[in-house]
Amino acid sequence: MDMNILIVDDYNTMLRIIKNLLKQLGFNNVDEATDGTMALEKIKRKSYGLVISDWNMEPMTGIELLKLVRGSNDNFKDMPFIMITAESKTENVVAAKQAGVNNYIVKPFNAETLKGKITSVLGEF
Amino acid sequence: MSDVVPENGEDQGYKRDQVVKIISSVISKVEAIEDVERETIYRELKNLHDIIEEARQEVGQAQAGDISDKHIPTATDELDEVVRATAEATGTIMDACDIISEKAAEAGEAGAAITDEVMKVYEACSFQDITGQRITKVVATLKAIESKVDALMKVLGEKMPGMPIQGDGESGGEGDAALLNGPQMPDKAITQAEIDKLLEEFD
Repeated sequence: MDMNILIVDDYNTMLRIIKNLLKQLGFNNVDEATDGTMALEKIKRKSYGLVISDWNMEPMTGIELLKLVRGSNDNFKDMPFIMITAESKTENVVAAKQAGVNNYIVKPFNAETLKGKITSVLGEF
Repeated sequence: MSDVVPENGEDQGYKRDQVVKIISSVISKVEAIEDVERETIYRELKNLHDIIEEARQEVGQAQAGDISDKHIPTATDELDEVVRATAEATGTIMDACDIISEKAAEAGEAGAAITDEVMKVYEACSFQDITGQRITKVVATLKAIESKVDALMKVLGEKMPGMPIQGDGESGGEGDAALLNGPQMPDKAITQAEIDKLLEEFD
């Protein structure tokens, strides 16, 4: 598929896992960022059909990135955004939803879960 | 006083005696009260001293200085090494998975089942991210404890000079137990080559 996807995680292991799983799902145009700041720079320069982001990163967290994206006046304001994180408290999920996240995946996850969540956000692919 | 003390000597004498008597009585009562208070204060101070002395001895026996100087730094270094080692191992596993995936793709349909299994390995590798985050939290907690102990040791060192807050630097244990050091940090571990050389020296 031609859609550009940006994955954001400070763990190289997780970037590789998500990238490989996306590749298996047919997504080959995958870019990487290791925190919200780097991700935002990429989002400003390139059009992405989906962002898959971790929460707990420095200096900019995933929720801060989400809020900046949703609070902007740019064309990426409504970009689909999935959070993949180990933060599994209800308050985290609520905060992410209130910030405008499209879906939320708790680590560890499998390919089936990732596919299901992407489908729920983007529709069948 | 001139408006209250009578001019005649008898009255003056009575008044003077009475005042002296009252003053003496007050002084004696005050002295008596002070004696009681001093004793109470002394007893309280003595108790306080005993408690402080006991705490000094307990802190000294606990070798609290070692907690911040040795135990916690060692523990955090060990945990950091766990994160590093698991990340490296996970990377190696995924490198192998990448190669297997490529070969499976070249095999066409026959390789599909292999690819599916490789994906499960990828999924399982996410343990490194989870454990890494958990260990990072533990390290942060240990560092917070370390700073509290440091502050406590600083106060004790200033307020109680001569207090034995430093340990002897030994981890404890005797005989075989003293040899249970666990895996060594890379900068302290000896290599297999060094071990072989060492063993050869015994031959």
